[in-house]
Parts: sequence; C-alpha cells; structure tokens
Amino acid sequence: MTKPIELDVNDKRYQVKYPPDTPLLNVLRDELGLTGSKYGCGEGQCGACTVLIGGAPRRSCQIPVSAAAGKPITTIEGLEKDGRLHPVQQAFLDAGAFQCAYCTSGMIMSSVGLLQTNPNPSQADIVQYLQGNICRCGTHPRILDAVRQAAKIMQERVR
Amino acid sequence: MSNLEEKFVPEPERYEFGAAPVHQFELARRDFFKLLGAGIAVFAIAKDALALQETPPGPRNFRSEELPKEISAWVHVGEDGSVTAFAGKAEIGQNIRTSLTQTVADELRVPFESVRMLMADTAFTPFDAGTFGSRTTPTMTPQFRRVTGAARDLLLGVAAKQWNVAPEGLIAADAKVTDPASGRSLRYAELARGKTLAQTLPAEDPITPASQWTIAGKPVPKVNGRAFVTGRHQYTPDLRPEGLLYGKVLRPASFGATLTSVDDAEAKAMSGVLVVRDGDFVGAAAPTEHEAQKALDAIHAHWKEVPQISNKELFSYLKQNAAGQSEERFRKQKGSVEEGLAGAAHRLDAAYTVAFIAHAPLEPRAAVAQWTDGKLTVWTGTQRPFAARDELAGVFHLPLSSVRVIVPDTGSAGRPVKLVWTREEEFTWAYFRPAGVIEVKSGIAADGTLTAWEFHNYNSGMSGIETPYAVANQRTQFHPVPQILRSGSYRGLAATANHFARETHMDALSRAARMDPLEFRLKNASDRRLRAVLEAAAKSFGWPRKKLQAGQGFGIAAGYEKGSYVATCAEVAVDRASGAVRVVRVVEAFECGAIVNPDGLRNQVVGAVIQGLGGALFEAIEFENGRIKNPHFANYRVPRFRDVPEIEAVLLDRKDIPSAGAGETPIVAIAPAVGNAIFDATGVRLNGLPLVPNGLRSA
Repeated sequence: MTKPIELDVNDKRYQVKYPPDTPLLNVLRDELGLTGSKYGCGEGQCGACTVLIGGAPRRSCQIPVSAAAGKPITTIEGLEKDGRLHPVQQAFLDAGAFQCAYCTSGMIMSSVGLLQTNPNPSQADIVQYLQGNICRCGTHPRILDAVRQAAKIMQERVR
Repeated sequence: MSNLEEKFVPEPERYEFGAAPVHQFELARRDFFKLLGAGIAVFAIAKDALALQETPPGPRNFRSEELPKEISAWVHVGEDGSVTAFAGKAEIGQNIRTSLTQTVADELRVPFESVRMLMADTAFTPFDAGTFGSRTTPTMTPQFRRVTGAARDLLLGVAAKQWNVAPEGLIAADAKVTDPASGRSLRYAELARGKTLAQTLPAEDPITPASQWTIAGKPVPKVNGRAFVTGRHQYTPDLRPEGLLYGKVLRPASFGATLTSVDDAEAKAMSGVLVVRDGDFVGAAAPTEHEAQKALDAIHAHWKEVPQISNKELFSYLKQNAAGQSEERFRKQKGSVEEGLAGAAHRLDAAYTVAFIAHAPLEPRAAVAQWTDGKLTVWTGTQRPFAARDELAGVFHLPLSSVRVIVPDTGSAGRPVKLVWTREEEFTWAYFRPAGVIEVKSGIAADGTLTAWEFHNYNSGMSGIETPYAVANQRTQFHPVPQILRSGSYRGLAATANHFARETHMDALSRAARMDPLEFRLKNASDRRLRAVLEAAAKSFGWPRKKLQAGQGFGIAAGYEKGSYVATCAEVAVDRASGAVRVVRVVEAFECGAIVNPDGLRNQVVGAVIQGLGGALFEAIEFENGRIKNPHFANYRVPRFRDVPEIEAVLLDRKDIPSAGAGETPIVAIAPAVGNAIFDATGVRLNGLPLVPNGLRSA
C-alpha cells in the first residue's frame, strides 16, 4: 500500500494516500477539494493549474505529489487573508480582468510569483512571464492592466 | 427528400442548418408558487407560439392550473421583495448573466444586487433552443423588458387598489411604489405579501426606450466577480458530490473506426473499478481519476479503421465533393452577373481557403451524472441544455420528465460519475469550425463601382455570405459538402470565412482600381451603419497612414452579421528576413444598436479580436486517416500574451436601434484586416487562413 504523503497547503498540514506519481493537481482538487486550481491541458502548456511551491509558481499538473511533500504550497484559495483579498486578486477584480474566468486562478498565481521576484515589472516583463498562461477569451490587455495595478499598490504598501 | 439532404447530415450544433425548436414546458402553476413562494409573477409567451394559439393578443390572467407551454421568460417578485428572473440561456463567459440582470433591475426599478438570475436548468427555466448565434441579447432583452414592465404595472395596480387611487399617478422607483400626492409609499415586498398573482402577456407591450435606461447601458462589473478571483466559483469539472466516481471513455482509434474485439478482464479485476459496455461504448469508472485511467489503459481493444483524407488534399476534396451545385435554396441572385462582368473595366477571379480550427476552450468538456430513483440528473457546460436533455432521454429511453440538465456557470442514491475530457479528447472528439473553399468572381467600372459579384462558398456555411455592399448584379451560392471532420458552432463560424474572402477580395479590387481601400469601400457602401463603422474605425486609427519603415503595413476590413456592424483596421510589422509577422495595433469599431453593458461589450470586442488573431495567423487542425495530428497546445498554437497587439475598441451606441448580440460579429473582420495589412507591407497577397502558420515565406 502507498505510504502517506505529508502536504503543507495554505498553512495547513494534510496526510494523503496517493500513488507518488499522481500529479499534485489531482490531489489538490480531488482529495483536498481545492478546485480553484484548474485542469486545462495536463501538459504544462496552459498555466491554469499554477500554484506556488516554496513561493515559486509551478504547474501543479506536472509535479508528482511526492515531489511536493513537505514544501509550502499556496493555491488560489490561500491568497485571501482574514477576508481581505491579495492585492493581485483585488486588481483583477477591479480591472474586470476575466470573462469565463477559467484561466484566472492560474493567471493570478503566476502574477503573484512574478511580483515576488520582480516588484516593478515592465510591460515586456509581464508579457514574458505570463507567456505560459493561456486565456482563450482574449482578456489579455485587462490582465496586463491588473498586474501593473497590483504592482503599484504593493509598492505603495511597502513604502 | 433530395439526394443532398440524405448525404448532408448536419451536426446538432451546426445551427445554420438547425431545425426549429420543439417547445416543452411542464411546470404547473401550483408547483411554480410552491417552488418560489407567494408573490407576483409575469410570464412572456413566445410570439410565434401566440399566433399558433389563435387567441386574441393582450394581457390574460390565469384561470387554469396549467401554465402555457410556450413560455420564454419569466420574472417573480417574492414576499421578501426578492426578484428572480428565469432564462433558459447559459452563461458561457459572454457576461449575459450580468447584462440580463441589468435589464431586469432597470425595468423593475430595483437595485441591481436584488435580482437573481436563474439560468439553464431544464427543471426550472423556460425552454430554450440554445445559447448561440448571438441570439440572447436580441431575443431575451426585450422579453425581460416586457415581463418586468408588466410586473411593475401589477405592483402599481396592487398599491393603487390598496390606497384607492388611480395607478397612473403612482411612481415605481427604488423597489417601492410611491404616491406623490400623499407622500406615502409601499415597498415591493409589502405589495407582494400574501399574493399569488400571475399574468402572461404577449411580447409586444411597450418597454422603456434605451434613452431612459438607468441601470442598463452602464458598465456593471460581472456578477459575483469575487468568486472568480478566489477560486471559489465552481465549474462543471469542479463538482464533487458525495461518493463521486471518475469516468473514462475508451475512444476509437480514429474517426469512424468500429470496435471488433475488446478484452476488459484485466480492468474488471481491479479493485473498485467498474467497466461499462454497451454496443460500441466502453467506459471505466473508479474512485480516483488515476485508477480510472489505469483501468482504461488495461482495456485492450481492436478497431476496424477506414481510410480518410488528410488536410493536404482538403481543399480539392471540398470542391470535388460539393453536393447540390444547382440547389436553388442555397442561392441568391439579382441582376445579371454575366452582363455586369461584360461591362466591367477590371475583372478579378480568386479562390480563398479556410482551414479546420478547434475551439480549444480552456475548460474542457465535462459532465457529472447521477441516477436517483430511475431519474437522471446531469450537470454539464452545454450551450444547449434542453437539447442535451432530449438526447439523454433518447439514449436511455426515458421520458423527458425523468431527465434534468443543469448548466453550472457557477459552476443523490446511485453514485454520481464525473467525466472530464482530457486536452487530447477535447482536440479530437469535440467539433471543429468547418474548413471551406470560397471562389469569387467580380468586376468593377473604371471609377471603382462594383458591377458584378459572384460568390461561391464550399462547406464553411451561409452566415454572412451576402455582401453588404451595393452591387446591381450578384449571385451568391452555398455548396454543402458531406462532413469530413465533425463540424459545429464557433464564434462567428461561417461569417468569418465569408468575410475573409469578401474583404480580401475587396482589398484586391481597390488596388486594381488604384483607389485607397477605405475610399473604395465607402464608394460601394450605401448602408449607413456600415459607412459609420468604417469611418469611425478609420478616424481612430488615423487612416490613411504613411509607412514610416520597411515591413510596416496597414489593412482595413468591414462587415455586417447578425444585426451588428464591424470595421477593423490593423497595423502589422513584417520582418522579411525571418518571415515573422507581428500585429502591432488594431482599432475596431463596432455597432450593435443600443449598448446594454459597455464594459462587457468592450470585453467581447477585444476578446473577439484576440481569439480571431489565432485563426487569422496560425491556427489549423492537421489530420490524416481520421486522426488529429496536433491535439495538444504544444503543437496547436493559440494566441498568447506576445501575440496580443495594442487594441482599441470604438463602440458606437445607437439608442434608437434594438440591441443585437455582440458575441460573434466582432471576430469577422480581423483576419482580412491583417491579411490586407500584410499585402500593404509586402505586396504578398495571402488568400488562405491561417495566413502565416510558419511565418511569411518569401514571395
């Protein structure tokens, strides 16, 4: 029988019994009920499943659950603190940066990852960083606006 | 039945050829008030259904327990003042939930937040043929205006009766009725208390004109936006009912393959695994997706395959296999094309091609199904919930009343089973935007006036096939072809192909006439709305523009479809050394009558431009012998951030024209605008979509 795997997701600890090669995405969605991370391709091509592992954005459909054991994982559900949206979430909401919104979780998680390493990105930086995230509704311009706005708000908070 | 009809079997989603809807509605009046509680309700009856009933039009009150079977929309004001509106349409990201809510709030004079819109649930919402063809706004907006206006009149009447005054002097505003003479007022909640008032009305009563809208016409953000940025919004693939099993379906090796033998012994022996076989259908279900996949992999099947064509011989196949060359119902003509051509100063013949492309929605198709006491409930993201119900009832030999289909844009007994398509299944087993060949023969006089226009579309469909330009002599013909790949709806489906051919051809004609492409179009456009979008797009774009560097080019295209008008200007940068083509800037003017939600409309227009860039530049399905050769995002390129130009949407608000849909028409002019810009930059005329899947090959 498979050994339990320890997961640290959104500051909570879980023990899950899954084959070690199961994609992290399946465990998050099917076992932990964290369905905010989406399946879009299962091939690491669309970014809908993006989560932060140790603060860095990763495609959870490409990470075996065993490889994520013990590392701090943040999903879209873990960004909101005490009823307050993360500035990136707030900026997406304010900019109306979604239509069907299926890509939104992944876009937000990638953007949070970007702003952690590059707090003041240029337009080209954002385009480059989000190149791996697909939006089929064509909301790209508003997503870029939202990320720039979030960067501005986060920088003002730091000051 | 003609030979054509036997050979040509349209897919259910191929709406251009769809059959008329079959009306079904079985909720009795007593059930309705039991469901919603007491209050005031108004129902709209479909216009054509009224005519069938042969009863004089005018408001009617219920006498019997049964509701009419042809209801198309309804609104209910509850005893707590809550407002619920019901529509059979589905929210698919086009933001229709928000704009319909705006309409109801506006007409009922209640805050936007107090309206709940119940959509696309076959057990509770009115019958609807489906959410496609940009029909929701033009059909549902006036119906909701009328039922909601009638509900407001009912409330005014209740207040007038209570106060013993004439209703004409009373004012409905802020969810209350006020008597300005005495200053007294009653909230809608108080007026609805203890009532079970229901009324039907024909869909012809007067409504508030767009010039007097207060909530509609404004940029209202998407309903429940917070749920989308927190991941709480549930789509069909996110549903996890108690006891859920995960399903997988064994797919044929290729299109049209038939099962010759199957060995499922190994899969059946796996613990917790259920294998289902019924005719050609083989499926597996298990408590986790991983186990379901393992079980599917353990099923060994043999298929008899049939040889089929590949994308390489696609276009010659379409021409050779076109049926109904002489089918009159697919032909429209006026004047004499032969005479028009004979008298022309310049003539131009050209053929255009359009590849099969995939929708590739990011949310793959999914469904959750559950049996309870012999009844089946299915949650799925269909655009046609009632058709899905009918199909399920047919497949499982059930009465319609035993099947319920729910579309979660928000996104128990027997164990529920969930099936989510993989990306590869999505690319293979969904349906494609049909490929096509379009041939155009035309003539112009020396001053640039069109004298002849002959247009033949093979396979890609009839929408937008007629030219919006004024031509005295024209012949337009659609030639259906038996299906090669499953073909179905796509945003602006056939209209995109027809506009690409027409507007590319118009551009080539303008060059032959040595006229500016905008000037040439205006010369031949008598339709004022078409002229207005052309002029608006040109103005914001700064047309005509001077080329400042090598490889720079500008293109324009315009059109009309489904009640709305579009004109698109594009700037491209072409690197002749590498062949790279970049779309730098797009200005699109769009006019769809009175604007209901400018914010949502802007999203639709910008989104259509970006989605359209994929089909314009690089998207194409490759296939051979019934297999899709590029069923992954890694080898089927869709637009990404780097492909997105600077986009400006110019929205023309015509408050004097009823609102048309806006989901599709904004996509039709981008491909020809880009193609024409590439010609302007390089002198290379590209007549096939996609234009530059591998960059621009040297000419």
